[in-house]
Amino acid sequence: MSVPGSGDVLDEPAALTLRGISHSYGAVRALVDVDLDVRPHEVVAVVGDNGAGKSTLVGVMSGVLVPDAGEVVVDGRETQLTSPGLARGLGIATVFQDLALCEDLDVVENLFLGQEIRHGPLLDEVAMERDAWRLLAQLAVRVPSVRVPLASLSGGQRQAVAIARALLGEPRVLVLDEPTASLGVTQTAEVLRLIERVRDNGFGVVLVSQNLVDVQAVADRVVVLRRGRLNGEFDADTASYEQIIAAITGVRRDGGAR
Amino acid sequence: MLRPPAEQGWRRDPGSVPVLAALAVLWLVFQAMNPNFLSADNLVNLTLQVAPLGMLTLGVVLVLLVGQVDLSTGAVSGLAAAVVAVGLGPQGWPAWAAIAAAVAAGAVVGAVYGWTFTRLGVPTFVLTLAGLLVTLGLQVRVLGSTGSVNLPFESWLVRFNQQMFLPAWLSYGAVGLLLAGDLAVRLVERHRRLVAELPAASSSTLALRTGGLAAVTLVPIWYLQTNRGIGAAVALFLLLVLATDLLLRRTRWGRSVRAIGSNVGSAHRAGYPVRRVYLSAFVACSSLAALGGVMMAGRLAAANQGSGGSDTNLTVIAAAVIGGTSLFGGRGSAWSAVLGVLVVGTISSGLTLLNLDSAPRYIVTGLVLALAVTLDALGRRRASVAGR
Repeated sequence: MSVPGSGDVLDEPAALTLRGISHSYGAVRALVDVDLDVRPHEVVAVVGDNGAGKSTLVGVMSGVLVPDAGEVVVDGRETQLTSPGLARGLGIATVFQDLALCEDLDVVENLFLGQEIRHGPLLDEVAMERDAWRLLAQLAVRVPSVRVPLASLSGGQRQAVAIARALLGEPRVLVLDEPTASLGVTQTAEVLRLIERVRDNGFGVVLVSQNLVDVQAVADRVVVLRRGRLNGEFDADTASYEQIIAAITGVRRDGGAR
Repeated sequence: MLRPPAEQGWRRDPGSVPVLAALAVLWLVFQAMNPNFLSADNLVNLTLQVAPLGMLTLGVVLVLLVGQVDLSTGAVSGLAAAVVAVGLGPQGWPAWAAIAAAVAAGAVVGAVYGWTFTRLGVPTFVLTLAGLLVTLGLQVRVLGSTGSVNLPFESWLVRFNQQMFLPAWLSYGAVGLLLAGDLAVRLVERHRRLVAELPAASSSTLALRTGGLAAVTLVPIWYLQTNRGIGAAVALFLLLVLATDLLLRRTRWGRSVRAIGSNVGSAHRAGYPVRRVYLSAFVACSSLAALGGVMMAGRLAAANQGSGGSDTNLTVIAAAVIGGTSLFGGRGSAWSAVLGVLVVGTISSGLTLLNLDSAPRYIVTGLVLALAVTLDALGRRRASVAGR
């Protein structure tokens, strides 16, 4: 098991820190004493098999779930993420696997869903469209038009719209839950490039994924969950695929199971 | 990065093109079969017939937009007709009080739907079916033993619906004002878009658009003015459509209506007050249905057990869908109430002129509805396939 040593991101204070997070569903212990640091300018991948506790961790970070134990520290201050709105307000934006967008609404409408810019009682479409282009240009997201319904966009473009939407609230940490799960090869590459751009813009990114190829392509650090516990933390540049697989499955190098 | 085409109006609302085509075909066919069909007199009658039905349809459009359905608008309109007739006739209330009571009765029905649906989760298909039966019973009870109540002919409500027409200067003046207002809003928007470095329509496009709008509004008005002109009830209906259109397209409430109809889970997580929006849609729908019923009573100068009965509940849903509002929620516009009710009214009026009974009317309306729903379903499938 290796610990990431290289990189100057370690010198930056963490934007989001989880300490000793535990959560149970009845008798099922979904998370046990999990620690996680997310710093600006880095992509932390959280990997693990089905049922390893990834979704529960996403729930805790997004404010959907309040853990049974443990503390959440945002910008050095201990806090409780008791609702999604509170998490967003503290600068932690989550893109869920189902994206939470509306197919019949166009790109601008989706980007500003529930946080429209208004001019008196009326919507300010010009301001929203201007900001939409600005945001999409900044992330180099390509869409045919910001006024086409979401239903006419590709899966990758929709994911990009969802990520752009999460960034509208000017968060510091972006949590992505399986962003490439339903995408083809080209679209996956697009989304991964987008994740790199988001990181380069100074955001801390938590990439929750089952796809180790994606993870190795963009992550700076890889955190492995196994049966609700941390089972290794790797520097993505130096760790091998086999090492990470071994941590996920719990199979040791010598062949025996842990 | 590609920039959007400057004019997106038609692109965002492709649903109205097939309806307009269908309307044109129907008018040409009926005119060929009976030269009186396109006479100014008959078209004025057509507008008077469809205006109250249009109010019901406008309400149904709102409920369809949030992805629900109201099967009982006809029955609610019948109840409102009964309330206003009894109020004006036997009770001798002033017109405003009778109308207010009728519309309030509708609002209460809508509030009960909204509350039951959002708090108890009863599917609106069954909920409004139950409401249909209850309101039908109330209608019969309100009308009393005779089953029919006449409105006094000198009542303001009857005159409003039968004899009041906008004077020519008011028709042209109102449309001119609306066109000027529309152009002014678009010019301001164009200026703001240019400042924001967004693509904007050219001045000539805007001029062409205003010219086109002027043609499609002023020519029909001129033609109707050669007869009696625009009925007061018709003007009221169009005013309601304009207001609803503004609310749907330009306010946060309208955005939330379409978002909820498109994906209620996403809308909820986006922070929209989902329950309140559902409630507002049902209250607006039933209130509009009640107002339509009041207008129907005024137009007939009577209310009876058949008011708003038989196929009205379903015809207005058909009209909304024919007009281009999706049965699947999230897509549609206030104007689909106008277009849909014109198609339904055209079929009814054209076949009546041909001295045909209700059999072909039901069949033709049914076929047009089937066509509209097919287009709706295909449009939805195409959109989701393109998204893969």
